[in-house]
Amino acid sequence: MSQANVVAVNPAEHTERSSPFAIPTKKLAMWLFIVSDAATFAACLVAYGFLRNGTPNWPTPFKFSPTVLNAMAMTFVLITSGLTMFLGVRAAKSTDKKMALRWVYLTALLGAVFALLHLREWLGMIHAGVRLFQNPWGSGLFGAAFFSVTGLHLLHVVSGVVALVAVGSRYNRGRYNADDIEVLGLYWHFVDLVWMFVVPFVYLMNVAR
Amino acid sequence: MASTDLVHAHAAPQGFIRKYIFSLDHKVIGLQYYFLALIAVFTGMFLSLLMRIHLIWPTAQLPLVGEIKPETYLGLLTMHGTIMVFFVLTTAPQSGFGNYFLPIQIGAPDMAFPVLNMLSFWTTFVAFVVLISAFFVGGGAPLHGWTGYAPLSALPNAGPGQQLGADLWITSIAIFCVASLMGALNFITTTLDLRAKGMTLMRMPLTVWAWFITAILGLLAFGVLLSAGILLLLDRNLGTSFYVPLVVVNGQVMGHRGGSPLLWQHLFWFFGHPEVYIAILPGMGVASQLISTFSRKPIFGYRAMVYALMAIGFMGFMVWGHHMFMSGMSPYSAFAFSLMTMAIGVPSAIKTFNWLGTIWGGKVRLYSPMLFAIGFVSLFVSGGLSGPFLAQPVLDIPLHDTYFVVGHFHLIMGVAAIFGIFAATYYWFPKMFGRKMNETLAKVHFFVTLLGTYAIFMPMHYLGMAGQTRRYSQFTEVAYQTKLIPLQTFMTYAAFVTIAVQLVFLFNLFWSMKKGEKASDNPWEATTLEWTTATPPPHDNFGGRTPVVNHGPYEYSVPGAARDYTMQTDPATAPVD
Repeated sequence: MSQANVVAVNPAEHTERSSPFAIPTKKLAMWLFIVSDAATFAACLVAYGFLRNGTPNWPTPFKFSPTVLNAMAMTFVLITSGLTMFLGVRAAKSTDKKMALRWVYLTALLGAVFALLHLREWLGMIHAGVRLFQNPWGSGLFGAAFFSVTGLHLLHVVSGVVALVAVGSRYNRGRYNADDIEVLGLYWHFVDLVWMFVVPFVYLMNVAR
Repeated sequence: MASTDLVHAHAAPQGFIRKYIFSLDHKVIGLQYYFLALIAVFTGMFLSLLMRIHLIWPTAQLPLVGEIKPETYLGLLTMHGTIMVFFVLTTAPQSGFGNYFLPIQIGAPDMAFPVLNMLSFWTTFVAFVVLISAFFVGGGAPLHGWTGYAPLSALPNAGPGQQLGADLWITSIAIFCVASLMGALNFITTTLDLRAKGMTLMRMPLTVWAWFITAILGLLAFGVLLSAGILLLLDRNLGTSFYVPLVVVNGQVMGHRGGSPLLWQHLFWFFGHPEVYIAILPGMGVASQLISTFSRKPIFGYRAMVYALMAIGFMGFMVWGHHMFMSGMSPYSAFAFSLMTMAIGVPSAIKTFNWLGTIWGGKVRLYSPMLFAIGFVSLFVSGGLSGPFLAQPVLDIPLHDTYFVVGHFHLIMGVAAIFGIFAATYYWFPKMFGRKMNETLAKVHFFVTLLGTYAIFMPMHYLGMAGQTRRYSQFTEVAYQTKLIPLQTFMTYAAFVTIAVQLVFLFNLFWSMKKGEKASDNPWEATTLEWTTATPPPHDNFGGRTPVVNHGPYEYSVPGAARDYTMQTDPATAPVD
């Protein structure tokens, strides 16, 4: 049973090989992954900023409705999913497996809702004539930057949803434990955090004045 | 389940495939990396041989390739650089030796994530195959050099190799980034979490410190290159214009608008400069380890060595602009990049000073690993001294597109790092294969290679100052360039000799595996943990026991001790008998 495993850390072994910062190996690895992934995102956002600054008359086409409203809805869903993830980790840590699973799956559901809202927005923009290389408002770089930055984030959300379901079901079968839920939670909060950069840079800065 | 138990999760494998192909054992994976790098280095060397021949006999009919056309020359140049930087200088010292010896030197049974480790090797292997396949597609290898500058790299119709060949090149780089990120994550986690009892951070061998800091550089740098590469692929295949402004190719206006070639340069060199340190830091670690061992003295200034590694790694992220002085950057930016670049000379000089301080007054044993370590220091200094020249925009602008830069980076990043690999090979061969390499052949290899590489690369500095341009496939057209051909001829002959003697190394490597003199468990009388275990090390490295560390890594010639070396696992008080 998974809970037994959590308790069954061999103390002698643990002190002999204890980490200097008392951080378990998987959690450390996730933090390191987040660092490198942050570099990947940063490169994408820097590319966007570099080109935006270098382009005279960068288009600012977004209106309050539908784009900003939709972005607010997506933000609300994603932040709520951060809360449910937190509750899931807390329930798992207090060995309430049933509750933990419920929160984890709810998080996955909210992630899926986010992805659907996002895809709906993408389809709307494509319908309005926005492509990777052109758009109705001016510099073709606008579409390239918008789709690649939000696309990279969307890819992370979708991978996160898949991971939530996979880790949740393995947790259910006892193959993973509360620590694994926490490690996945780190990733999910990171995806949340990145969105907090995407909203001002990609949405709010491009609102029509 | 305690997360640290993960490493015990795999038992000793049976069967050939699990043992040697899809192995989870860090030692086998280390050797796989090493042999991949060996194949890569001989491939890359063969390409450089073709280039050197073409430079002095432009119309020669060569076996296999026929007459080399200018575009073929640029393809050779691209592939030589890419293979050498990624699949030799990044792969052998870090992934190869790091994989094999980092866990043993810290007293761990394996890497923290063995499956990830295996994935990381096989991903690297796929990247290599994808890269090599660029030779065999229509149009051949790309022309844009290992730096892949846009817009040349972004436009499929910009040249014969820029079609599928360039796509394969970028794909290979992107795959390699993923592999390196997996490796870096594993190295850092292993170093922080799996050290044996008593192996405090300041008792780690300097090789471990070097691999650790290199992994941190890789973690931060390869993610950026991955992004840059994906954007480049979008530019090439989906019509975006990240790197491409309005351009005309062969009289045809391309569809791209508004992008910036400089964006690629910034993203590439933000990766590219740390990459230089990814190649050289493991060599520094190996040189420190070997110079201390073979001088029978503690390393001079252990902490200074560690802090210098950290400083080089940290500052390495703030100097990428010095590759771009030609780009018309603001003089204020150029000044900042120039100042920071020259400041890196300080920690580099600290390291050099400490290596010399370690040798000074030592009972030096001039075995082949030590010779190569000294050769490393020599090349590091020779290549490094041209750095402060190139760090200044006023000097870099006239020198940048000449052989001066080629000579500079080949000495310091290419040959010095290769000497680190050779030193590590001769040093650890007895532990990996249970036999020593032939010492006479090793010394022949050392002296010819040292003199040979100087003979090839030192004249490049003079050629550069005389105005010989780099990347040109032949110099027969312009009067002032043709006058320099005799020196190019000399360099090509030097290359023949140097390349020939690498075959001696190859013979020595494989002959010694079967026929070399049997080695004891600790043939060099060294102190670190890999010399406390059997030869070759058992599957879990220490045969079921867990080493306990009581000493620093370089306690040689301790006054009052019975032997002139104190193993890290010796009892806390030196044995007296």
